[in-house]
Amino acid sequence: MTNVRQIVRGAKLAVILVAALALSACANKPAEDAQASAAGAASPGSQQDFVVNVGDRVFFETDITELSAQGRGTLDKQAQWLTNYSQYNFTIEGHADERGTREYNIALGARRAQAVRDYLVSRGIQANRMRTISYGKERPVAVCNDISCWSQNRRAVTVLSASS
Amino acid sequence: MFDRVSLLSRPHLSRRRLLWLGAGAGAFGVIGAGPAAAVLRIDITQGNVQPMPIALPDFIAAAPAESEVARNVTGVIAGNLRRSGLFAPIDPAAYLEKIVNSDAVPRFADWRTINAQALVTGRLTRQNDGRLKAEFRLWDVFAAQQLTGQQYFTTADNWRRIAHIISDAIYERLTGEKGYFDSRVVFVDETGPKDRRVKRLAIMDQDGAGVRYLTRGDDLVLTPRFNPSTQEITYMSYGQSDPRVFLLNIETGQREIVGNFPGMTFAPRFSPDGQRVIMSLQQGGNSNLFVMDLRSRATTRLTDTAAIDTSPSYSPDGARICFESDRGGRQQIYVMAAQGGPAQRISFGDGSYSTPVWSPRGDYIAFTRQAGGQFAIGIMKPDGSGERVLTEGYHNEGPSFAPNGRVLMFFRDPGNGPSLYTVDITGRNEQKVPTPAFASDPAWSPLLS
Repeated sequence: MTNVRQIVRGAKLAVILVAALALSACANKPAEDAQASAAGAASPGSQQDFVVNVGDRVFFETDITELSAQGRGTLDKQAQWLTNYSQYNFTIEGHADERGTREYNIALGARRAQAVRDYLVSRGIQANRMRTISYGKERPVAVCNDISCWSQNRRAVTVLSASS
Repeated sequence: MFDRVSLLSRPHLSRRRLLWLGAGAGAFGVIGAGPAAAVLRIDITQGNVQPMPIALPDFIAAAPAESEVARNVTGVIAGNLRRSGLFAPIDPAAYLEKIVNSDAVPRFADWRTINAQALVTGRLTRQNDGRLKAEFRLWDVFAAQQLTGQQYFTTADNWRRIAHIISDAIYERLTGEKGYFDSRVVFVDETGPKDRRVKRLAIMDQDGAGVRYLTRGDDLVLTPRFNPSTQEITYMSYGQSDPRVFLLNIETGQREIVGNFPGMTFAPRFSPDGQRVIMSLQQGGNSNLFVMDLRSRATTRLTDTAAIDTSPSYSPDGARICFESDRGGRQQIYVMAAQGGPAQRISFGDGSYSTPVWSPRGDYIAFTRQAGGQFAIGIMKPDGSGERVLTEGYHNEGPSFAPNGRVLMFFRDPGNGPSLYTVDITGRNEQKVPTPAFASDPAWSPLLS
């Protein structure tokens, strides 16, 4: 697993470098900006690092708010990262899929966000760095009308604020 | 945005019964009080009622300038009656008599020939002060008598409300029940792709006419509900901080947050007297019911459970509340006293029950039932008996009662986007409500007058 992940990470870095080089061939000033942001995206401790290398979200079973084993694994990594980069505050967004009524789903999303919050607190993250919000079924990321999409929408996403 | 608000103000409306004019004047006097009602009557409590054939010739325009509005008024009345499912307006091409004088007694034989059971005639006249006078008469064709006749005065731009008020008068005379046509619906207008939906509060007549937008779409808005005065709504909005319950005055555009709660508030609804807002407050993983008195600003906790308690709705007398809770595992409907205390579960069918809403008549609680991947709209009595599914499929949600408690509006989203529908409480008559874009979360107002 680790090897595979490193290879993937290496491949991503290569793509970013190629993109930066391609841009630098066009014009100087934009090329510098592009290189700077590409380097930022790849750098440890960046928001991009958190999203790509740690994983910013956990998923839930239908009408369930307990964390899965996989979800706890992701949150363990989030907790480690958030410990290392303590300059970040963050918001935990809870979401539900569309197969529920609106107000119940708002409460369901809130309970999912709370489950993530409680877990991160149990892993030593200070509660005053976190805020929770529920979007219920209002902000799907996958918009098809079957189980493949619903499972992606039942989620809690850890969204970093700009580092303070 | 608010230059439209004047349209929402109460019209200057006066009404008085028309004096009986012309031949046949004895009809009321002879039959007297009571028996006249037995002549022509639709029993709307039956599920298999045949729509009553009714003739609605265009109202007479006293001057050519009023001919368009006369046609429009007639069209709105015919549309209201047709959508109710209780009336079948007859194709005007079949009419034998051309009504040229709305004060004259019609040739009943001509209307009997085309099988009209009821006939509506009317006239629009522009007054010297610029106002519109609308008169109508409702005739029982087979008994050859007038059932009712009224006249109304209003500003010319108010012709639609006149049409709705006349529709209600016809409905009331022929069914014995209050009507529901002179009412509005507040709803959420939805545009844009599913993962970037823009939602705006909007208001319209119950037939979908006259849509006006109350918010611009910058903030996500959900679940608007009317104050009994119909001048104010409460809804949930996502602004810059936590999502909150808001009040919005439709006339002035004035907006305020309800209460100062330490967390997200949602699922608001007014009490029947309009003096309180009941809602859910999110606290950790639980949501509990709170009520705020709008005058004293005092807030009271009504439930305190490790559960999701939400979607509260008052009984019309304000004494009880129905709400949904997953305290027993899945979402079910509960009823308790308005002051809180023990709650009694009333839903026991398959699946989960949510979005309970009490009928303004007090006789039913409507709900969304979720089972086997399907979403049904149904009703049950407040003690949980007499459950009846009115429509079922993917994905129906969020019923709201018409002011007379005989019709529900809800939304249906098959996946690509929601639309509004009405269904009567027998489940027999389902109608799509036209809206400019996708629409959800409808809430019906009380009668406007």
